[in-house]
Amino acid sequence: MSAFMQTLVWGIFAGAIYGIAAMGLALVFGVLKILNIAHGELVMLGGYVGFWAFTALGWDPFLALILVIPATFVLGIVLDRVIYRYVVRLWGEEKIKNSLLVSFGLGLVLSNLAQWVFTGDERSVQPSYAGQGLDVYGVLMPYTRLATLGIVLVVTVALHLFLRKTYPGKAILATAEDYESAELAGINIDRVYMLTFALSAALAGIAGQFVTFTYALAPSIGMFWTLKAMIVIVLAGTGSILGALPAGLVLGVVEALSGAYLAQTYKELVGLVIFLLVVIIRPQGLFVRK
Amino acid sequence: MSDFLRIQDVSVAYGDIQALWDVSLNVEEGEIVALIGPNGAGKTTLMRAVAGLNPLKSGGIHLGDKALHTLRAHQIAEQGVILVPEGRRLFGGLSVLDNLELGAYSKRARQVRAETLKLVYELFPLLADRKLQRANTMSGGQQQMLAIGRALMGVPRLLMLDEPSLGLGPLVVESIFETIKRMNDQGVTVFLVEQNAWQALELAHRAYILEQGRIAGTGLAQELLRDDRVKQAYLGISPAAEV
Ligand SMILES: Nc1ncnc2c1ncn2[C@@H]1O[C@H](COP(=O)(O)OP(=O)(O)OP(=O)(O)O)[C@@H](O)[C@H]1O
Ligand SMILES: [Mg+2]
Repeated sequence: MSAFMQTLVWGIFAGAIYGIAAMGLALVFGVLKILNIAHGELVMLGGYVGFWAFTALGWDPFLALILVIPATFVLGIVLDRVIYRYVVRLWGEEKIKNSLLVSFGLGLVLSNLAQWVFTGDERSVQPSYAGQGLDVYGVLMPYTRLATLGIVLVVTVALHLFLRKTYPGKAILATAEDYESAELAGINIDRVYMLTFALSAALAGIAGQFVTFTYALAPSIGMFWTLKAMIVIVLAGTGSILGALPAGLVLGVVEALSGAYLAQTYKELVGLVIFLLVVIIRPQGLFVRK
Repeated sequence: MSDFLRIQDVSVAYGDIQALWDVSLNVEEGEIVALIGPNGAGKTTLMRAVAGLNPLKSGGIHLGDKALHTLRAHQIAEQGVILVPEGRRLFGGLSVLDNLELGAYSKRARQVRAETLKLVYELFPLLADRKLQRANTMSGGQQQMLAIGRALMGVPRLLMLDEPSLGLGPLVVESIFETIKRMNDQGVTVFLVEQNAWQALELAHRAYILEQGRIAGTGLAQELLRDDRVKQAYLGISPAAEV
């Protein structure tokens, strides 16, 4: 029983990172109507900012978030200005094709750049308290994982409040629903797109920072995170932004359970199988009422 | 007489298909001007062009001395030119209040948002009662009122309405036309597209007829109501039978 609980808890911890990585992808997908294949590379770059803060500045990995968040936010603004704003304006088929190609290409460029700057070595960050944690009836909960889960919850609630309660947040939701109506209302949708992309990049950055002490960091991890985030937004229902958190938790738990009770090699496969099942049986997503 | 909205030789094309051909018309301050015409004539295209949603192929659109056709849609809203689009196009997942508040997003409108909201609630008390309801759970008539309310939140100098009566029952249509009249009495200039030509001409001061992307006629609304050709093409049955 305690082994089962332990697996469940690991799944929840992993799922929290999936959730926050996917939330950024869902935001851009829902508002800019672009599937940003380079999202995982933003996770990777966020990780390197945190790694640098740890090694060069000696900062605690959680403190480093105050650097990672603004850095990836600004990177998001730059990428929007230089690349994405031209893609957002395209129409129909042209938009779909170009956004996929451009973001795929950008992902390759970013991972190669990272390879060149940071080398291909696997990195990770180990704070002094890495091994410590709570023991709850035999179930181990490391402090790093608990803090990660806590921050993910706080960020999710903050994003919810921002979107639902503030004027710029409502402008984002309005633009997602009907960008022409938003323009007619006087909303500068170009700005909305820029802010949305920057927020998405910051969410990716946060996920990346968690990766540095949970998984290994390397220039090539981008595609892995884009794939996980894509599976999660399909589970959540495309269009649902905050649904990414519960969907991320589901994916994390299912992967952990199948890794423990089927075979470690099935772990990656299980996510893809759920992905297919959801697309076929419940295409609106698990957490969307129709 | 000073020109308020001046549309000059405007052509608009969707790809290779041209929808408007050298359309010229003007709306004076304080007027209600109707634009009538059959399906596919280009009425929506013209309204969207004024609002900045359709780029011009040639021609120009001015509000007073200000060129509108070089501005982006949100900047045109900032000038006080507000469109209630065909089919309402509300933010369906957001509340009534959110829709209204978003209507005042432009800087100019935002400064007087609280006062405007009060006026809109006076005009449509129903919106005040339902301010927390999600927009897409309301009836068609209520949604049209919300669409007009959202436009009013933008503090229009020129209010453009594209088929506000579409799909609504006669009582609701009547109340919406009354509201338009009231807005106009309070100084808002109105430019109105309607399928329902009879009611539009009853309400408007002047009207233009658009056919196949070209202006096919214009005149005082009362005169057009008596015009034989208009009667036959747009009023169908004799006006007397409609009342
Ligand atoms: N997005 C578009 N792409 C291509 N053609 C379009 C588009 N929108 C409108 N058209 C064409 O332009 C012409 C004018 O259409 P528009 O919608 O302006 O007419 P309308 O007078 O508003 O008609 P209705 O009374 O049906 O609303 C039509 O021939 C229509 O098929
Ligand atoms: Mg139309």
